[in-house]
Amino acid sequence: MNAIQIIKNGIVKENPTFVLMLGMCPTLATTTSAGNGMSMGLATMAVLICTNVVISCLKSVTPDKVRIPVFIVVIAAFVTLLQMVIKAYLPEVDASLGLFIPLIVVNCIILGRAEAFAAKNSPVASLFDGIGIGLGFTLGLTLLGMCRELLGSGSIFGFTLIPETYNILLFVLPPGAFITLGFLIAIVNKIRN
Amino acid sequence: MEYVLIFISAIFVNNIVLSQFLGICPFLGVSKKIDTSLGMSAAVAFVLTLATIVTWLVQKYVLDAFGLQYLQTIAFILVIASLVQMVEIVLKKVSPALYQALGIFLPLITTNCAVLGVAILVIQKDYNLLQSVVYAFSTAIGFGVALTVFAGMREQLELVKIPKGMQGMAIVMLSAGLLSLAFMGFSGVDGGLKILFGLD
Amino acid sequence: MKKLESSLLNMVLVLTGVAVIMGGILAFVNHLTEGPIADQKAKALADGIKSVMCVDDLQVANTDTVKQTDAKGKELIYVIYETKDAQGHELGAAVESTTGGFGGNLKVLVGFNTEGQILGYTLLEHAETPGLGAKADKWFQKGEKGDIIGLTPAQPLTVSKDGGKVDAITASTITSRAFLLAVNNAYNAYKAAPIDAESGATKKSE
Repeated sequence: MNAIQIIKNGIVKENPTFVLMLGMCPTLATTTSAGNGMSMGLATMAVLICTNVVISCLKSVTPDKVRIPVFIVVIAAFVTLLQMVIKAYLPEVDASLGLFIPLIVVNCIILGRAEAFAAKNSPVASLFDGIGIGLGFTLGLTLLGMCRELLGSGSIFGFTLIPETYNILLFVLPPGAFITLGFLIAIVNKIRN
Repeated sequence: MEYVLIFISAIFVNNIVLSQFLGICPFLGVSKKIDTSLGMSAAVAFVLTLATIVTWLVQKYVLDAFGLQYLQTIAFILVIASLVQMVEIVLKKVSPALYQALGIFLPLITTNCAVLGVAILVIQKDYNLLQSVVYAFSTAIGFGVALTVFAGMREQLELVKIPKGMQGMAIVMLSAGLLSLAFMGFSGVDGGLKILFGLD
Repeated sequence: MKKLESSLLNMVLVLTGVAVIMGGILAFVNHLTEGPIADQKAKALADGIKSVMCVDDLQVANTDTVKQTDAKGKELIYVIYETKDAQGHELGAAVESTTGGFGGNLKVLVGFNTEGQILGYTLLEHAETPGLGAKADKWFQKGEKGDIIGLTPAQPLTVSKDGGKVDAITASTITSRAFLLAVNNAYNAYKAAPIDAESGATKKSE
């Protein structure tokens, strides 16, 4: 597989949000607006790229039985790194994502890709897999965030398009997350078939 | 009374799954049958409470004591992962019956973000040990209530004809949305109870 | 490449090795980012104070922490940042005050001039419902529907439902009440502070 195929695979065929349905917690929780969804997606992508590459490099020196603990240590370390950097240089992102930054550790996508891809492929291929899956996740979150923001607050990325009177508040509240994602999945299913 | 308030608000008002979006993976994955969802809830309740106690102690007596707060995430996830392993081994030896019932759910719990989430939340909320335990246990009950009710809904869903495009995950998400909407009816109840108990 | 065998020694070595290396990197980055994180916090606070005092050019002359016990025996903590402009004139104070909102704690920073008039406010921390209670960050600002800027809470501010003159946020009376309570408490803490506005000014100019 070449780089473009791997990336395309992550965005379309194995899209984490709409096809693999992994990492649902941040997907539902942080998509109250397009901006929030996108920053969560990018944060996850950053971690995923780093862990994929490092785990792929470590694969030959990792005994099989301690594989999972080693992966977890590497993932937790990169998440903590990201958390520090965000706190130091992007305090607004820290305020809006809050608890969900440390929780990237338990995002099934990261451990899933480590196990399913990075542990079997070369560091370069793993890098592209991280980019592909990361982009797929970011796109999914941004799309969901855009729908919820447009319906719930009448804006996209903060630009108001619909006057406040017509906003459907439900969509920025927790139930709106489930409902919007449900319809998006149905639409994606329809297109794919 | 304060503990009753934590208990009720963690189960109904700020339900961990339906309003805080933690533990969505098992919520969607293990809710096809009421039986399995009960087993999963019991396993989560056990691990969540135990993990919260241990991580709370680790935070207070190791991380805070040595100024290593930045290792929080890494320390907590390792504690949780090894705790799950240990529970599995102990359960296998001590109570094979219980292991039979809960065994298959245990490995899944490591990546249940509710466990790590609650461990971090009690530190953020600055709870003492007793409050943390009550909070963790109530959260787990809340998880169980949401999971079991949802499993009941999904069992019914099996019996109806669903439009083709909505089959599979789509209809599951919509049902979860309706359940979450129902739980929103509890919002504000904790405020009322606070006044009732004279805590505010 | 051949995989390393799963012998006990190998497992322990690899796991410890990875943990130590990662711990080391973290300690290093923690060291690097500690400064910027502290700066960000200080800057956020300084910006907050500037925005609620509606002056760009100011300095915090004195920081006071006031503890009060309310009727039910609960301890309330207020932080009062007394401010001066570049020439050293007393500007009033920004007061940090916390109450229980709809979804959790509601922490506001309110700016008062020396007469106790509200200059501005900002929400420091809240867990209100997005789209409803969370609107409090704009609702009570100048020119908005619940404008409280320029009022003096000597008579406690209340929402119109409770006979007051402030319009509550639509469908968020509890948040509005909590917000106004925080503002009223902030005013009282400021006025009751050990060095109150007027005498404080004279004391310091002497």
